[in-house]
Amino acid sequence: MNILVCIKRVPSPGTRIVLSEDKQEIVTKNLGFTISPHEECAIEEAIRVKEKFGGTVTVLTLGGSLASEQLRYAMAMGADEAILLQTDGKEWDPMATSNAISDAVKSKDFDLLLFGNESADYGGYQVAIRVAYALNHHCLTGVKSIEIDEGQITAGREAFGGMEIFKIPLPAVVSLKEGINLPRYPSLPGRMRAKRKQIEIIEPIKLPGGIETKQFVSPPELGSHVEILGHGVEAVPKLLSIIKELGFIHK
Amino acid sequence: MSSFPKNAKVVVIGAGIVGNCMVYHLAKLGWNNMVLLDKGPLPNPGGSTGHASNFLFTVDHSKEMTLLTLDSVKQYKELGVFTQSGGIEVARTPERMEELRRRMTSSKSWGIESFLLSPKEVKQLAPFVNEEIILGGFHTPSVGVVDSLRAGTLMREYCMEKDVLTISSNTEVLDMVVKDGAISQVVTSRGTIDTEFAIICCGVWSPRIAKMAGANIPLTPAVHQMISVGPLSLFENTVGEIEYPIVRDMDTFCYERQNGSEMEVGSYAHRPILHEPDDIPSIEESSLSPTELPFTEEDFDPQLEQALELMPELLGEEQAGIRYAINGLLSLTPDGFPLLGETVEVKNLWSAAAVWIKEGPGIGRMVAEWMTNGYSEIDPHHSDISRFYDYAKSKTHINARTSEAFNKTYGIVHPREQWSSNRNIRISPFYFRQKELGAVFFETAGWERPQWYESNQGLLEEYGDRVNKRPHEWDARWWSPIINAEHLVLRERVAMVDLTAFAIFDISGPGALDYIQHMTVNQMNVKVGNAVYTPLLTPDGGFKADLTIMRTGEQSFRIVTGGGDGGRDKKWFIDHLPKDNSVHFMDCTSSLCTIGVWGPLARKMVQSVTEDDLSNEAFRFGTAKEIRIGGMKIWALRISYVGELGWELYVSTDQGLKLWDTLWEAGQNYGIVPAGIGVYGTTGRIEKGYRLMGAELESEYNPIEAGLARRKVKKADFIGKQAYMKARKEDPTAILCTLSVDDHTSSSGIKRFMQGNEPILNLDGKGLVDGEGRRSYVTTAGASPSTGKYLLMAYLPVEYAKPGTKLLVYYMAESYPVTVEIAGSKPYFDPDDSRIKS
Amino acid sequence: MILAIIEHNQGTLNHQSLEILSLAKSIDRVEVAIVGENGRSICNGLGKYGVEVAHLLLHNELVDYAPAAWAKSIIQLAHSIKPDVILAIGSERGNEILAHIAAQLNLPMAANCTKIQIKENNCLVTRIRWGGSLLEEAVLKSATYLLTIAQHLYTVKGELEESAVKISEWNVDLEDQDFVGKVVDNLAPEEGKVILTDAHVVVGGGRGVGSKEGFHSLDELAELLGGAVGCSRVVTNHGWRPHADQVGQTGARVAPDLYIACGISGAIQHWVGCKSSKKIIVINTDAEAPIVSKADYAIIGDLHKIIPAINKALKQAND
Repeated sequence: MNILVCIKRVPSPGTRIVLSEDKQEIVTKNLGFTISPHEECAIEEAIRVKEKFGGTVTVLTLGGSLASEQLRYAMAMGADEAILLQTDGKEWDPMATSNAISDAVKSKDFDLLLFGNESADYGGYQVAIRVAYALNHHCLTGVKSIEIDEGQITAGREAFGGMEIFKIPLPAVVSLKEGINLPRYPSLPGRMRAKRKQIEIIEPIKLPGGIETKQFVSPPELGSHVEILGHGVEAVPKLLSIIKELGFIHK
Repeated sequence: MSSFPKNAKVVVIGAGIVGNCMVYHLAKLGWNNMVLLDKGPLPNPGGSTGHASNFLFTVDHSKEMTLLTLDSVKQYKELGVFTQSGGIEVARTPERMEELRRRMTSSKSWGIESFLLSPKEVKQLAPFVNEEIILGGFHTPSVGVVDSLRAGTLMREYCMEKDVLTISSNTEVLDMVVKDGAISQVVTSRGTIDTEFAIICCGVWSPRIAKMAGANIPLTPAVHQMISVGPLSLFENTVGEIEYPIVRDMDTFCYERQNGSEMEVGSYAHRPILHEPDDIPSIEESSLSPTELPFTEEDFDPQLEQALELMPELLGEEQAGIRYAINGLLSLTPDGFPLLGETVEVKNLWSAAAVWIKEGPGIGRMVAEWMTNGYSEIDPHHSDISRFYDYAKSKTHINARTSEAFNKTYGIVHPREQWSSNRNIRISPFYFRQKELGAVFFETAGWERPQWYESNQGLLEEYGDRVNKRPHEWDARWWSPIINAEHLVLRERVAMVDLTAFAIFDISGPGALDYIQHMTVNQMNVKVGNAVYTPLLTPDGGFKADLTIMRTGEQSFRIVTGGGDGGRDKKWFIDHLPKDNSVHFMDCTSSLCTIGVWGPLARKMVQSVTEDDLSNEAFRFGTAKEIRIGGMKIWALRISYVGELGWELYVSTDQGLKLWDTLWEAGQNYGIVPAGIGVYGTTGRIEKGYRLMGAELESEYNPIEAGLARRKVKKADFIGKQAYMKARKEDPTAILCTLSVDDHTSSSGIKRFMQGNEPILNLDGKGLVDGEGRRSYVTTAGASPSTGKYLLMAYLPVEYAKPGTKLLVYYMAESYPVTVEIAGSKPYFDPDDSRIKS
Repeated sequence: MILAIIEHNQGTLNHQSLEILSLAKSIDRVEVAIVGENGRSICNGLGKYGVEVAHLLLHNELVDYAPAAWAKSIIQLAHSIKPDVILAIGSERGNEILAHIAAQLNLPMAANCTKIQIKENNCLVTRIRWGGSLLEEAVLKSATYLLTIAQHLYTVKGELEESAVKISEWNVDLEDQDFVGKVVDNLAPEEGKVILTDAHVVVGGGRGVGSKEGFHSLDELAELLGGAVGCSRVVTNHGWRPHADQVGQTGARVAPDLYIACGISGAIQHWVGCKSSKKIIVINTDAEAPIVSKADYAIIGDLHKIIPAINKALKQAND
């Protein structure tokens, strides 16, 4: 079972995202970088599938040279190989990104291509699906459980308070959501192994996409209008009358 | 929510470990109406306290830091937040083993139980250590970890119970308002507080807050990397936080500290990564907290390998993960010591910065006492923020020195080790002449001072065996036998010594006499032209300074003190100036340069270049007058810190070179040599029993114990008089003694020479402790080339302070026999001072 | 013309997908697309939301949800009626169907827009990033603009008179291949459990709850108020609650009438998941926690004392 996991290097912001003066980018000077949470789960899931069925796990990202940090992290977790679609580090829109990924992997015969449901920063909800169409694979998104059996993948996703179940044949593209597992931390030996591994670097061709970012805007800050009802249990009666006012006490 | 306070007695800025300790101790000393601010939330406002690894190793080579740490441990224990784990420093190299033996010396000096361990013994205590790659360990059972956040909470609660404190978290300081040179308001995001005092306890942010008031706290935020690995199966059954001793892998500058099921690995080995206080992100902008910056893996990778090498099975566990990794910010200062005390620039604005968790409570107590009484039980000598001259507070200097110092955090630092960065800040007019003479320069207070002159190499042959050599590399490091040869020339012919690093203050005005009398122990109402050596005391009678004061006129005095002490002494003098402007203070340090000319031929030699009468009758010892040399107006002071006939010759800096050349030329007929500070600071003074501030003289001892009490006490009141009078009436519990080493031979047959700070033991090998709990250790060690002996100074309990008493000195984990030669201040060499007075 | 996709599951309207209608109508004429025979039942009811024309896409197999087939059906409709914009709500299915359409047509798609401006040659959108902590203004160039609208942003306006909806039926041409990815089974929610995203009241718990057991009183409070329990990411990372309960950027976006945040500090990743709540009450020991200033009401204190007291009072009130 050869698995590809597509990940993205994203900053890890605090409680306020700071924009550059020209509003063209997020100020990341003091921020760490990480892998989008859904994708970290995808790496974990891939490693678990590999541990069960054998094969290899390859991680891929599109980004600047610094994105190799995230590839190494994934390898430290247990991925075997890594591919960097190396760009100048500027953001590519979802069409351009998925074109580059499909181009890079179409000759590589992966049985399972895992993505995160959406990236933490861009949130385009489409790269996995576009890659699936380009490779002529079936595709599922928003998945929170998978089982693999005889060339078929059974996937569940949350719906209407329960789960809805899909079954598709391999090879397939599946985008996962956080919660499918609790991703492991890389071990020290894992880090050492990852350090010594080669990363395959491909310079992708950027096809024109369809969305062009003009600028970023911080959402308007809401002025605080909080009413402090009091301290401790003494404030409970006040709270109750408010809940009542709002109509949540039946009688 | 209660309303924001409008006024306060003191505003403490920063609610990390330091701020909490400050309010706690101020409250204990009776302060009230205090406000504690932090821009972050409580209990963890996001500074270094929140991410520190929170362990404390008790043994340090510095007495001051060790005492502060021991006091802190005691306080943490009282608060119930201390967990003793023990700590082992392991050595991978022979050089480090030697350093561990030196640590044994320090641990014994400061009275801390420690042991040297074989690799096997290390493994018994820390089974995860690979004993094959280490040569041994230094085990200190009293090492432990603390919950510093909990300690802070308990301290705040104490203040709240006493109703003396208002706490305001999430409150940012926007400005500091200074009025008439003193802090008057702290402007915050919640309002302005009128205040009498303010204390900056803001760790890495301290310089930024100080700057708002126009003050300067010279530190830089720097990165210390740390990761946490776990869960580890060995720690599965650990109850509580820590079960195994903390291991410091000294040669790789790493530590490994258990924290529950995880192991924290920290490093001081990476490149120095400095930050700017203004560039630290705000709480909102930070991924974790403002002082937990993104981890830079490539900096840590070598440490990872070394850690794996030391603990292969433990850290190599495949199931354990790196769960946390940060570039944590901490504060670094140009000399590695904290920044404590009132800022030089702004009255009533205090600094308590660059403090580690291990010293927090001790420093809180010390600064609180200092603020309350004007002195503290533990002498803040090395931590006093006023030790820094202006140049040392510049970014250039801070960054240069902290970058150099960073990798010395676990380094083997020789006590005489010199800085290599940002040198030549202050040079005397003679500097280039000295360079030509092969001077080896040591730095004091920015001044470049020749320690010895390579041009005197030939003297070694001349004096042969009278110049003792040091066969062990460590003992001889940053040292040369030439020093001893220069010493002998000074005793037998004449030598000239550059003393330009002296700090010189001129005091004048109608109130000058009263003021000087108030400041000093000894009688200052002397004839114009007389010079008086005198201690300055703290209000409780301990030493604040010792220096020489000349009466230069009816209403004027000149104070000469050591360059290293100049900053502290200057602040002390300025702080006590009368408010009525009746005394004028002027710092003349830079306008004057000084050459000391001493030796039996000094009179003849100087007389050859001046028409003024230098005879003993015309120019008595202990007097100063103006003379002319080569047409230059020279202020000559007949005094000597090396106990020899001669003068300190002061001239305006622009004429310094001319003076040097004139003396040099004249000296050729008398066999003059230049002598370095090696003679002036150690060999010359030790055989004369002269004391040094910061070594023999510190606030823990009084003039009686130091042997500096005069027979009479002047009528005039002075600072510390009451305590001084009381001490005079009592029998001292310790007396400063001069001892000689009987045998230098170590077990390996190599002769070893003590360097200072070694413990004095009785013949049973027990450390000496006096009636007040003070331990006997070597305050100064040095050769006495005149007598061929190697001398040590140490305070000894009275029962041992008798000439002829046999004792031991403990050096590098071995004991050497010593004999008490002198109890008190009588010189070992030339006891009648016939030379100096001849 | 804007073609708005109205979601339903086996004939049950996804009320939230109606949120797009008011925005769509402010831009242009709107027609809606409904997929499958079992969607017929919801068509008439759409009149009161201002829907005049509903296109019903029919095929024997269009029963269980199958995103590729859903997308292909809509594309076939679009070929005929040539909308300028195809619009869906930014729900899991909405984003999925639009992405399938985009992939099949090889056209760009912008997810989770908050504003749309159609220009002569392009479309300006404002869309959310970082789950809503940041906005992006972008230009879309496309033959047909494929957009989804961020959830919980526009209210569903249903104040109009019931009026007849013109239903236009389309038989679409689909292959077996299009139905490979379809729902083959449904696992029902736990009996009696209020669904988090549907709940009118959500009781959220964070780090301050402290343990799995600590949630008992929150469960009780939710039950007393007929609501559901949600939690922050820390809680699921600690394993105190299943991930399905997680509210936030990588969990559920909720918009209840009342959100009671207990022991939650309010990191943005959580805030974006609950900020659409109509009223927010905070129970927290730290009066300075970021969520407090964003709330409507707050009690400062220990949730382990306060919540049991609320529960007790509620029980008395219900008795």
